[in-house]
Amino acid sequence: MTEKTPPLLEVRHLRVEFNTRRGTLVAVDDVSFDIAPGEVLGVVGESGAGKSITGTAIIGLLEPPGRIAAGEILLEGERIDNLKPEAMRKIRGRRIGAIFQDPLTSLNPLYTIGHQIVETIQQHLPMNAAQARKRAIELLGEVGIPAPERRIDHYPHQFSGGMRQRVVIALALCANPRLIIADEPTTALDVSIQAQIITLLKRLGREHGTAVMLVTHDMGVIAETADRVAVMYAGRIVEIGPVQQVIHDPQHPYTAGLMGSIPAVGQETERLPQIEGSMPRLTAIPRGCPFNPRCPRVFDRCRSERPDLLPANKTLAACWLHAPERRAPAAGNDWSEGAVHA
Amino acid sequence: MPEGANPGAEPQKAGPASVPLLEVRDLAKDFDVSRPWLNRVLERAPRQLLRAVDGVSFGIARGETLSLVGESGCGKSTVARLICGLYAPTHGSIRFAGVDLASITRRTDMLAMRRRFQMIFQDPYASLNPRWRVERIVAEPIRSHGLIPTERGIREAVAKLLSDVGLSPQDAEKYPHEFSGGQRQRISIARALSSNPEFLVCDEPTSALDVSVQAQILNLMKDLQREHGLTYLFISHNLAVVSHISTRVGVMYLGRIVEIADTRTLFRRPLHPYTRMLESAIPDITMSGKARTPVAGEVPNPLDPPSGCTFNPRCPYAREKCRAERPELLPFDGARVACHGVHEGWVPVEVARGEPPGLPATP
Repeated sequence: MTEKTPPLLEVRHLRVEFNTRRGTLVAVDDVSFDIAPGEVLGVVGESGAGKSITGTAIIGLLEPPGRIAAGEILLEGERIDNLKPEAMRKIRGRRIGAIFQDPLTSLNPLYTIGHQIVETIQQHLPMNAAQARKRAIELLGEVGIPAPERRIDHYPHQFSGGMRQRVVIALALCANPRLIIADEPTTALDVSIQAQIITLLKRLGREHGTAVMLVTHDMGVIAETADRVAVMYAGRIVEIGPVQQVIHDPQHPYTAGLMGSIPAVGQETERLPQIEGSMPRLTAIPRGCPFNPRCPRVFDRCRSERPDLLPANKTLAACWLHAPERRAPAAGNDWSEGAVHA
Repeated sequence: MPEGANPGAEPQKAGPASVPLLEVRDLAKDFDVSRPWLNRVLERAPRQLLRAVDGVSFGIARGETLSLVGESGCGKSTVARLICGLYAPTHGSIRFAGVDLASITRRTDMLAMRRRFQMIFQDPYASLNPRWRVERIVAEPIRSHGLIPTERGIREAVAKLLSDVGLSPQDAEKYPHEFSGGQRQRISIARALSSNPEFLVCDEPTSALDVSVQAQILNLMKDLQREHGLTYLFISHNLAVVSHISTRVGVMYLGRIVEIADTRTLFRRPLHPYTRMLESAIPDITMSGKARTPVAGEVPNPLDPPSGCTFNPRCPYAREKCRAERPELLPFDGARVACHGVHEGWVPVEVARGEPPGLPATP
């Protein structure tokens, strides 16, 4: 239970802004969540929902003009959002590891993978070259690279996509970090390789107690990997809860629409349920609930007032449908069933 | 959620009498990946050919959607490009409405043929000219084929096409950068439809899109298919999308079709071990918590494919025969499959509908 173990990562009211010539864009707006040790938190949402920016803010790699405008980020109870770049660099790699989507751009093509892993290990751990190399070989073996003692002296281009992503995971694991931020780690890979990488990530979480923040747009990957999931829309978390609950009994109309629009193998429907329209641009986020212009269950309050995360069944949903005063009248007929247009 | 019980949705089947709209026979494509000439001379390196597509045959009946699925490098996109004439086949024939495309010699005849099929590409950012207005993009096929004589007629046609794909006629004045990915893909579809084609080749049309936008585009494609009587060749790596949109599915591995069947048959009872592997590898939101069958290995190097059945190094059922002899794509109980084990009965096949047989634990 999360109440007993203190969370490994706490994000409180995070707000990320980009100052542009046309004014300030709010890419992440009042986002709060925790991750417990050993837990996998999935973060899903469509492009531009702010999920990657949230991850980037946590590892302190926001590029100007992006900046954290409000809120705080705590790692093991200690604030890390206001650290100097030098201090943050020590945390990155040592206590927080990162895995990005494209394994080719995460590796330097001019050095052997061994060189890169040994360098990272020595950066963070007090080891001599021989010890570091031994550990590098162990790590490569652990992420499932066959013949690691030979492969360690190969260059990135000599590896296939799936193998490269394993190398990137090995790099992220070098210093035994407490938290791994994995941003679309399987998106560039084929399904059969995807399955292998997901199995690997899960095993690492289990064996090392590493917490994982898994950012992806692929609900299937989340369903298999995550313990809890946060759904983002227009820079905000609209629903957060246990993965089974969110997938099978979504409480926010956006989550419901998102789940409905995913085709499943063998499900013989003529049309997929679809959410009309598209996510608003950051320059034009509607007042009130940002989903209100597309929401099939919208009512007056949604257009004027922004909902906070409210308890809804076993999840939290930022939706006025779950306002306590609204839930009180039994089985309200004032909003119809069938949340999503076909 | 509307679990579509649609009684009228019988998969359209091509009767034996009907001539397929598109027929591909024994199609092959080699790419020359040799080192440069000087290196070859100095290092005495031989020429090296990569066989991207190797003996692919299929037919697509009018109004049908055939999907080709497979992992990267299996040759599915090369097949699409061969059909559209973007590559010349090394071997084999492509017949459209009974006419062999290679037999067309006059340029005007070729143009007339080209009008009848169009292509939709994967990346809606790369496939639209950023310096052209939408009107010019959508009207390009109309102008190049000289289909409508007057400018006014073209403008009207573009407005109609844009509203057909769910955009506004006013969008004709805008530039591609003013649109989101999903809207750009709608523009690509409008452009593809503007020459009034019968056949569309869609190469991963939704894989660059978010799921909710993907649902919109897939629904649009199905609506357009019904309204315009279109025939699709759909290329995708996403089995769920394929199972939704197709009437028949061909599974490709290293340049060959290893199994082809109508959608329902293929997904209810996958025969080829590779098809089963692909299916068990799909992350499925309903099987949450359960471990997937982990799949060993990767697609081998196509420059040096394994002997016999190219899937044999990854196949849990592989025997000596699989390493020695290449299996042919032969009919098996309503499907066609290239697997010695299935035809000879030593790969278990579950005939009953329902749960597909899983893979045995790899030793």
